[in-house]
Amino acid sequence: MSSQRPSSPQAPGPVNPARRLLFKAAGAASAAAALPLAADAQPRAPQQAYVFFNPAEAAFIEAAVARLIPKDEAGAGALEAGVANYIDKQLAGAWGAGERLYRSGPWREGSASQGYQLPFTPAELFRNAIRAINQKNANFPKLGAEEQDAFLDSLQKGKDDLGGVPASQFFESLLAVTIEGFFSDPAYGGNRDMVAWKMIGFPGAYSDFYDWVDRHGVAYNAPPASLAQDARGTIHVHVVQKGK
Amino acid sequence: MATRLKETDVVVLGVGLVGAILARELTKAGLEVVGLERGEPRYTVPDFQGPAMHDELRYSIRKSLMMDTAKETYTFRNSADQTALPIRRLQSFLPGTGLGGSAVHWNGQTWRFHEADFRMRSLAAERYGKDFLGPDYTFQDWGVGYADLEPYYDRFEYLMGICGKAGNLQGKKVPGGNVLEEPRAREYPNPAQKEPFGSAMFRKAAEGLGYHPFPGPSANMSRPYTNPEGVSLGTCMFCGYCERYGCEHYAKSSPQTTVLPVLLKEARFKLRTHCQVQRINLDRSRRVATGVTYVDGKGAEYEQPAKLVIVGLFALNNVRMLLLSKLGEPYDPRSGKGVVGRNYTYQTTSGVNVFFDEKTNINPFMRSGSCGTTIADFVSDNFDHAKLGFLGGAYIGEVMSHGRPIEFHPTPPGTPAWGSQWKKAVIRHYNHTSVVNVHGSSIATRFNYLDLDPTYKDAWGQPLMRMTFDFPENDLKMSAFCTERATEIAKAMGAKQVAGGPRTRPYTVTQYQSTHNTGGTVMGADRSTSVVNRYCQSWDAPNVFVIGASNFPQNASYNPTDTVGALAYWAADAIVNKYLKSPGPLVT
Repeated sequence: MSSQRPSSPQAPGPVNPARRLLFKAAGAASAAAALPLAADAQPRAPQQAYVFFNPAEAAFIEAAVARLIPKDEAGAGALEAGVANYIDKQLAGAWGAGERLYRSGPWREGSASQGYQLPFTPAELFRNAIRAINQKNANFPKLGAEEQDAFLDSLQKGKDDLGGVPASQFFESLLAVTIEGFFSDPAYGGNRDMVAWKMIGFPGAYSDFYDWVDRHGVAYNAPPASLAQDARGTIHVHVVQKGK
Repeated sequence: MATRLKETDVVVLGVGLVGAILARELTKAGLEVVGLERGEPRYTVPDFQGPAMHDELRYSIRKSLMMDTAKETYTFRNSADQTALPIRRLQSFLPGTGLGGSAVHWNGQTWRFHEADFRMRSLAAERYGKDFLGPDYTFQDWGVGYADLEPYYDRFEYLMGICGKAGNLQGKKVPGGNVLEEPRAREYPNPAQKEPFGSAMFRKAAEGLGYHPFPGPSANMSRPYTNPEGVSLGTCMFCGYCERYGCEHYAKSSPQTTVLPVLLKEARFKLRTHCQVQRINLDRSRRVATGVTYVDGKGAEYEQPAKLVIVGLFALNNVRMLLLSKLGEPYDPRSGKGVVGRNYTYQTTSGVNVFFDEKTNINPFMRSGSCGTTIADFVSDNFDHAKLGFLGGAYIGEVMSHGRPIEFHPTPPGTPAWGSQWKKAVIRHYNHTSVVNVHGSSIATRFNYLDLDPTYKDAWGQPLMRMTFDFPENDLKMSAFCTERATEIAKAMGAKQVAGGPRTRPYTVTQYQSTHNTGGTVMGADRSTSVVNRYCQSWDAPNVFVIGASNFPQNASYNPTDTVGALAYWAADAIVNKYLKSPGPLVT
């Protein structure tokens, strides 16, 4: 059984992380606007544009995901990995619109064991909850890390009504999509440069370990592969059109 | 008005594992067969190919191969005094849809049940006394025994090319195989798959404790294989994208890789996809089915007359189809009368995380769907229950199927759910954690059942099915006992820390546990406690056969698919060699 691993493509693109952070620091509103840049011979990183979030929503999401999975000595966090962008595209697309969600009433509060019973699509749930948060706590993005953590903690444990969404339900959804965005294929706009996969040692969309599985305890150090990676190693990010 | 189509000999509801096998056997017998499938036609090429198939978000999290719950789902409650609410997103269990059914996205564990499962009521009474568990438990005998089904298990396993090592060949014990299994006529068609690292550690630990470890039987190929239908499968590459995925390598047995290539060339077989069957039609006597009514993808309604109706849907949908068709008396939990929906059971699963030091690379992503080392020492009635106060058991094994990180990022107890500490713990433990699984039985009670929901409807306007279920006391005791044994083995694997616990109440639909939903159209020898006779033939309308895990009167410790496949061949044999010669009830 021959199944030698082909030479793995290098990590993609001359993307300058420092510059990407600069975009972020400029804030969500200007990130969506055209950037006045000097002539740049290098290929540019795809410019991030929010298609679902408005600037205030984007500011909350960026600040929140940066605390849920922070940048630290272990490496990039959710923000640097593009998770805010991932969430934006998910909410703008079919999942946000309630794909595969049974949406008929009547609507009743159930037991925890009966699962999600709110009438909201994910897009509605996020919009309602963030609007309610921003009405009362518009300064959240400007708070220090400890205060932000305390606020997120209060959401996680909280029973507050956020535009019809219980705070804990919103937090659970936010954490779930943040982890999804961090670990899903970079084709979806998070896990940029497969940074989260490299951090934990997950090989990604690779498909053949026949010759490795019985090499017990072997350190497998080959770089990961994205399903959207071409022969030159460039990852093509899926663009989601804004829709209902 | 429904358009009435030309009559066919047989209409098969659902072209998954059961439907494909029955259609193959019945066309071979010369019958014209129409197969109605609600989902898409789909094939290894182009639908299951990499790298697109290796997309955890799309297939595991968004569940692209599963039943579309925007259109139809089930309602659920833990007990009859609650109001059932719709399962708005599938999480706890994942029925598939489309050609090949759930046998496309399964892992491939392929186990034979024990005689103590098939004759559970009789043998438990003999061994432990008549009222060992009390009157609330409605477990019963199947009406068939292991010896009846052995040739059909054999046939199904050779169709599928199952990989394993026999431990009991015609009564002769074979060390290294499952020495506690029932006797098999011959060896597995293929040798066991390679043993991953965590499984090897489990083997040593289990042996050290005096147990009998063996490679779990797998439908992921250990070598190229050509089955008796002449269809070839390739070798499994341990890619780590098996359950919830189609196999790009033709290496996982499924209808697509074992029987459909032959069936679809058969002129007597007509496949119709995107057809949602609404009901089985009965004549005025309600003793004879006249065919089915279905709605096609364009929304047009058709009546398909047929002489013989085969119901081969996912287990839960078999039950719903009979309820929607008013075929058989629905179960009433207050009186205990009625049979359709009675004895709904599940699988009682739990697990133990085994945290190793940073030098121990588990490489969880190098796995097949069902490779792994297991023990059967606590399965079924392989151990004495007299002092334990429960019936049933579990197989315990290191049977991890993947390391996909959205689903798998274990952290030790006490780790926060987010933040820097969480992130560091995920990095620290991701490649250094193994999981010991406990796959336990599910006993029937008079409280757990299926019926039609009074409120919620599907996209076609038909009532959803309502599930009333919680874990019986018996199964909580079983889970506590077996999870303790698993924890002892996990500790003996050389871990720094182990963490896990038994299954507890309430059953929740928010956490994946198993897609082994069983019962509701159970088979048996007594028509007052079963929906179909020992040949899976309806007691009420003898030209209807209902086949699937819905036939199980209670669920065993093992995964159901091997027994579903065996029942499919068993029923097909009865139809071809008994029913067609003299159409009518095969048991009177």
